Amino acid sequence: MLLAVRHRTTYRYDPAVAGVAMRLKLFPSRFDGQKPRRWRVSLNGAAVKPDFTNGWGDEVATLFLRGGVPEAEVIAEGEVETHDLAGVLRGFREALKPGVCLRETPRTRADAAIAELAREADASGGSVLSRAHALQDLVSSRIAYVPGATDHGTTAAQALAAGKGVCQDHAHVIIAGARSLGWPARYVAGYYLAHIEGGDVATHAWAEVWVPDLGWVGFDASNDICPTADYIRVCSGLDAADAAPLRGHAEGVAAETLDVEVGVAPVAQTQQ
Amino acid sequence: MFDEMRGADGTRPPYREIERWLDALGPEALALKRDEAETLFRRIGITFAVYGEGGDPERLIPFDLIPRVFSATEWRTLSRGIVQRAKALNAFLHDVYHRGEILKAGIVPEDLVYRNSAFLPEMMGVDPPGRVYSHIVGIDIVRTGPHDFMVLEDNCRTPSGVSYMLENREIMMRMFPDLFARERVEPVDGYASMLRATLEEVAPRACRQDPVCVVLTPGPLNSAYYEHSFLADQMGVELVEARDLFVDRGLVWMKTTEGPKRVDVIYRRIDDDFIDPLVFRPESVLGVAGLMNAYRAGGVTIVGAPGAGVADDKAVYCYVPDMIRFYLGETPILKNVPTWKCGDPGDRAHVLDNLGEVVVKEVHGSGGYGMLIGPRSTEAEREIFRRKIEADPGAFIAQPTLALSTVPTMTADGAAAPRHVDFRPFALVGREIRLTPGGLTRVALREGSLVVNSSQGGGVKDTWVLADR
Amino acid sequence: MSTLSRTASELFWMTRYLERAEAMARLVEMGRRMAMLPSDRETAADEWRSVIAASGCAPHFEGRAVDERAAVLGLITDRENPSSIVSCFDRARQNARSVRTALTTQSWETLNEAWLKLGDLTEERVLRELPQTLDWVKGRCAQFRGAADATMLRDDRYDFGRLGIFIERADMTLRLLDVKHFVLLPETEVVGGGRDRHQWTSVLMATSALRAYHWAYRGDYSPWRIADFLILNHSCPRSLAYCYDEIIGVLDRLARAYGARHPCHHTATETVAMLADIDIGEIFHDGLHEFLIGAVARNNRLAYEIGAAYHF
Repeated sequence: MLLAVRHRTTYRYDPAVAGVAMRLKLFPSRFDGQKPRRWRVSLNGAAVKPDFTNGWGDEVATLFLRGGVPEAEVIAEGEVETHDLAGVLRGFREALKPGVCLRETPRTRADAAIAELAREADASGGSVLSRAHALQDLVSSRIAYVPGATDHGTTAAQALAAGKGVCQDHAHVIIAGARSLGWPARYVAGYYLAHIEGGDVATHAWAEVWVPDLGWVGFDASNDICPTADYIRVCSGLDAADAAPLRGHAEGVAAETLDVEVGVAPVAQTQQ
Repeated sequence: MFDEMRGADGTRPPYREIERWLDALGPEALALKRDEAETLFRRIGITFAVYGEGGDPERLIPFDLIPRVFSATEWRTLSRGIVQRAKALNAFLHDVYHRGEILKAGIVPEDLVYRNSAFLPEMMGVDPPGRVYSHIVGIDIVRTGPHDFMVLEDNCRTPSGVSYMLENREIMMRMFPDLFARERVEPVDGYASMLRATLEEVAPRACRQDPVCVVLTPGPLNSAYYEHSFLADQMGVELVEARDLFVDRGLVWMKTTEGPKRVDVIYRRIDDDFIDPLVFRPESVLGVAGLMNAYRAGGVTIVGAPGAGVADDKAVYCYVPDMIRFYLGETPILKNVPTWKCGDPGDRAHVLDNLGEVVVKEVHGSGGYGMLIGPRSTEAEREIFRRKIEADPGAFIAQPTLALSTVPTMTADGAAAPRHVDFRPFALVGREIRLTPGGLTRVALREGSLVVNSSQGGGVKDTWVLADR
Repeated sequence: MSTLSRTASELFWMTRYLERAEAMARLVEMGRRMAMLPSDRETAADEWRSVIAASGCAPHFEGRAVDERAAVLGLITDRENPSSIVSCFDRARQNARSVRTALTTQSWETLNEAWLKLGDLTEERVLRELPQTLDWVKGRCAQFRGAADATMLRDDRYDFGRLGIFIERADMTLRLLDVKHFVLLPETEVVGGGRDRHQWTSVLMATSALRAYHWAYRGDYSPWRIADFLILNHSCPRSLAYCYDEIIGVLDRLARAYGARHPCHHTATETVAMLADIDIGEIFHDGLHEFLIGAVARNNRLAYEIGAAYHF
């Protein structure tokens, strides 16, 4: 499938700040299931190129605006060709070893309830792949998708206790549960083509679990499926904060407001 | 119990001059001298605050006037062992942030490295100049007998204490010039120029002129601020705070009265977590946004490298002798203290059965806070640790309670009495490894105490290395 | 040549605070002298209020009853008052500690020792031994200036410290004159009397310039002469003219070292030229008060422009 994406993020500072530093991880991954066709990132209209590829295999750009900055507008847009690989991240190059993804973070600490949930999934038997599917099913059934029920600081344990949340919470609980079983797991940020008109936001997040012999496999408890051709993978990390595609740091004291607009749509492909 | 002055056959040779000096001076004169020394320290402003203890933010570390002495022969062995260890630790750091051969070979368990929060994924693939990660390695060494030196722990981040080494010597030379005239003591005052040479050697490739080096401090409220300003002064470089620096076009600049000036090497005395709010703790005001990016791009060198702490973890410590064999193909010169890893079921059983005899340490803790000293613990304290270990065994190691050597130390009335000591020398790693003949001797001032931490009643001593006769 | 902007700023403020501490000591001395004159309680309180006004600490005393005890303690030991002597030492020492490497050991030790001794300045002791306390403060400030003068490298750092001294000193002299300007006005000469004469000498006392004045004007206490001495006399080290001689000298040195002139150079040059052109008759003719507030504003602007020129 060919998907068109436009993702605009605007930071406004009142009063204008002396400087803004930004770290962007807004470049869709390249692997067998995904090829960015043309992709353009800009900051206040100026084109942005990645400086390096980090250990996670994600391209990173660091930028600076100096001297009375009232606004920083980041636009990432382009087309990405996707194929359904049943969630398997085949053909992706990265330096970090999966072992790093056993590390706990404050947001992904497994409490007794998460460990219990993970044990239940583990007890379902079969391969790691099928037990990971069971974990995804369980998380999907225990945490209802309720936008606004949680915020960016909500931990996995809090989300499971509340029984509701958004994609970030689903991913965090899968990650916490998988790690408690000794399976490396990580957080993936990306875009998603929602099929119901106005039904879902287009930025999305899911979990990846390391499955022996297969490698990294994506699990999305929000839709209770593994990523398909409707998914665009952008970057990953130990949790939502670590994987954040945009991070800004303003110099000076100012009220900061954030405005985000995302659109994902299939591109009509004509036969040539 | 081994006393470094009074051996089995009378006074040991390195201490003969000290003994004559003590006898000649007598307790009353010594006590007076001690007060004089304290006044000197306060006037110069050498102070040390203990984080979280409250009270006087500019507390003095008690300084003991009686030096601790090593013979030239003892120092030769020690220095070879220290240099060897500093080399291996740096090789290990380069390896884990690149191919991870020692992990693949199964010599160091992957878990200890990858699950350690001091291991920074952000450092993967970064190539620091000269492949140096830990430029200042402080190695804590204890002694249990005439020939028995053991490494207690490694400090690969930014170990503090070197200013005490230098100032203690200054004060001693100011107060007792005649003593130095009688004994040939190796000087330590070359440290600052050696540190500066080390910093210049690891300047980034992008640096075309004489490297501009700075010391980055969290500010005057930091407990080691005195040391930061002291080192900057001794090296003749600027002491900067984060607000004095900014990143632009992949380079680091400091704000000067003439406008921005480029910085090539940053000897930072702030923790990894705080150095770059764009990459690590977002709320940090101590760091410089974009610093990591400039570092990765080769625009600036950070001394020591972020993520170097993974080499000085107490659990990784057990494997340093293996690193020496693996990377250097050498036999370790300095031994480790035997260590039980509570994560290992057999070791754990032994530790839990012998809580009254061993010292239990937290793997990620530091500074002697999360520690149980078996022989001096109460039943209740042992019970707390038993539960802590059972809940999270991997977080603890244990070691036998060592009979640390003692050195004559002044008591309240000016008399000399044996007190336990340890030793921290500082190796500087640049294109070559440099070592000052000396280091920081910490002493447990309370009779019988084994805790030398300045936060818990420890003091410091001048440390002498005698020149060859 | 360049130095860290923050270092320049800390040095500038360090010397300003020390200069202020010293000026505070002189102001308290002046107040004490006035209070020793036989007078009713209300007149005595007025004298202390004028001291407070000259010190620039009026906001701190707002809504408080002012008597000698309150004024003395408020100006010397009260840490709530940001310009009290103790606060000035705290801040100067804080500035110094932040830029320790920019100070010589002797300068730092002098300041640090003085600061360590502040603990001995209990309220009771200050009230009991006021003259000794004020002498001690002046002595310490002088000792620091001496240590810096004898040991510091004559580079831009030294210059930024010198600027702090003279900007602050000019400010203090101007404010003191303004508070006392009514006794200096010509009509008060007619009133005359012992009290006014005492007022004039007290102004000179507050600037430690009484003896110097004798030498320059042979004990002729006319208000014109006193104002002339403190505004236009180049040999009086606390006069506006002298402060600006020093400031322009330092700024010229900086301009040579950095190879650039800035708006602050222009402002200082203008002020020096203005002081050379005017005589005391014109100042009184155009209004002493107006002249003084104009000069205070110009001095503030200069301080701001110095910071802007050297990025602090």
